[in-house]
Amino acid sequence: MASTVENPTNIPEHCPGTDSANAGKASACAGCPNQQICASGPAGPDPGIQLVKERLEQVRNKVLVLSGKGGVGKSTVTAMLSRSLAARDKDSNVAVLDIDICGPSQPRVMGVLNEQVHQSGSGWSPVYVDDNLSVMSIGFLLSSPDDAVIWRGPKKNGMIRQFLSEVDWGNLDYLLMDTPPGTSDEHLSASTYLSQAGLTGAVIVTTPQEVALLDVRKEIDFCKKVKIRVLGVVENMSIFVCPCCKRLSEIFPATTGGAKKMCEELNVPFLGSLPLDPTVARYCDEGKDFISELPNSPVVQALGEIVKKLVMVCESREE
Amino acid sequence: MLENVKHVILVLSGKGGVGKSTVSTQLALTLKEKNFKVGLLDIDLCGPSIPYLLQLEDKGVHQSDEGWVPVYTDQEQKLAVMSIGFLLNSRNDAVVWRGPKKTAMVKQFLTDVSWGELDYLLIDTPPGTSDEHISVMESLKGVKCDGAILVTTPQQVSIEDVRKEVTFCKRTKIPILGIVENMSGFVCPSCTECTNIFSKGGGEALANLAEVPFLGVLPIDPRVGALLGKACVKELPESPSAKTFNEIAEKITCT
Repeated sequence: MASTVENPTNIPEHCPGTDSANAGKASACAGCPNQQICASGPAGPDPGIQLVKERLEQVRNKVLVLSGKGGVGKSTVTAMLSRSLAARDKDSNVAVLDIDICGPSQPRVMGVLNEQVHQSGSGWSPVYVDDNLSVMSIGFLLSSPDDAVIWRGPKKNGMIRQFLSEVDWGNLDYLLMDTPPGTSDEHLSASTYLSQAGLTGAVIVTTPQEVALLDVRKEIDFCKKVKIRVLGVVENMSIFVCPCCKRLSEIFPATTGGAKKMCEELNVPFLGSLPLDPTVARYCDEGKDFISELPNSPVVQALGEIVKKLVMVCESREE
Repeated sequence: MLENVKHVILVLSGKGGVGKSTVSTQLALTLKEKNFKVGLLDIDLCGPSIPYLLQLEDKGVHQSDEGWVPVYTDQEQKLAVMSIGFLLNSRNDAVVWRGPKKTAMVKQFLTDVSWGELDYLLIDTPPGTSDEHISVMESLKGVKCDGAILVTTPQQVSIEDVRKEVTFCKRTKIPILGIVENMSGFVCPSCTECTNIFSKGGGEALANLAEVPFLGVLPIDPRVGALLGKACVKELPESPSAKTFNEIAEKITCT
């Protein structure tokens, strides 16, 4: 049985966060090496929260796509959901915001890899993939694919604040926000800055195996802690169909019951499963739209059902 | 710090979900099979997978006069493990920490764990190029670090992130021991047709581009994922994965 371990030296257990209004001033800050730096910041609530609220007033549904685990397909699922939502109703406007600062995949996955963003008086213009589908990512601000964003938390938080408050999206029906794996700065900042903007909730992506579910349960715990509604869980890469003999194989075996069982245990909705299709991986690399090019793929068909459920969940919350 | 550790090796990626923890644990077990004294440090604070992969989830750590005592996988104490996973009350508990607190934890793991004498300390990392990575590099200044093994899958979306990790290594002057391409092809157990589910060849191409050694490929083999605490080189000695793990261990132990 684990014994209680003392808190790491110097950093307080209940650090309010370097962006918090209480940064450097909370009782927990006494003795922290960062205290003076934090305390010399602006007093009062972070003005960024109000700026984000104003900027996103014209966005009907704001959805975070989370996981906890890396490599489960957050970016792929975000891209697929956004294309599907944009395609099913040409009058609706959809956008993707990529807040994975270290590993931004959306420019590639959405097929807009070498595009540039422009700044004007009304903010940054996102990159348009289609008439009713746009994207913003730090990937567009890097001049070379080898450029690494080697930033500590506070600098990443500043970027997220800018992305949430300074992109000129216009009117949107859905804003999907792709996140990096984990439960750290990016996630805390996103949830703080969106706290007054009316976040619809989070879609959680996982793969079936226990090593993924282990991290995903933590992400669901995070959502509960910061009061983000879990709209549902998508299980990606659930089964592989051999293109030759059609045998079904579990590449990532659901030895502990997969996402469905986890959802039952944690009382969160299960949105559906997506099978593992090598064509999807290839289309992601090439930035192609397989929803329109491969409408008969089992992935596209499963996705249709997931999108229907997601729309229902989002719209029920609006009423 | 780490005075009695002969070799320190980082396992990095940039991309999540490529198999860093799987490669770290299997490499540690391979080195243990070759009779080296090994330490495995898990600095993925948000998603610590090592305790689960080594079936050590019910273990705890305690303090001694020399510092935190790591968890040993075996009676002979040939493989010592440390992870934040051992410090959580429940496996569902999220570690929701900002950068400064993560930095402090990483430093503690390096300075306050009583590793004892080790031939190899492998450090498993989370994806990205952020606090944990910057902190571990800062803490390892002054310690002899052999270098880093980078893990990728063959796809471009993975290569794209791993290129950034290569830049990180070059900027922080950590030698790159080589690149491993994981999830490289799946052989259907029924018809033996090999499907490149996550594309093909990206890892080797990146190694050439970055002018670093290519350490080998690991196919998708669900049997390896099911090993949980057992060495692939011992349980599945004829498998292509065992061959690659042996080759990587050979490369590490010869430099």
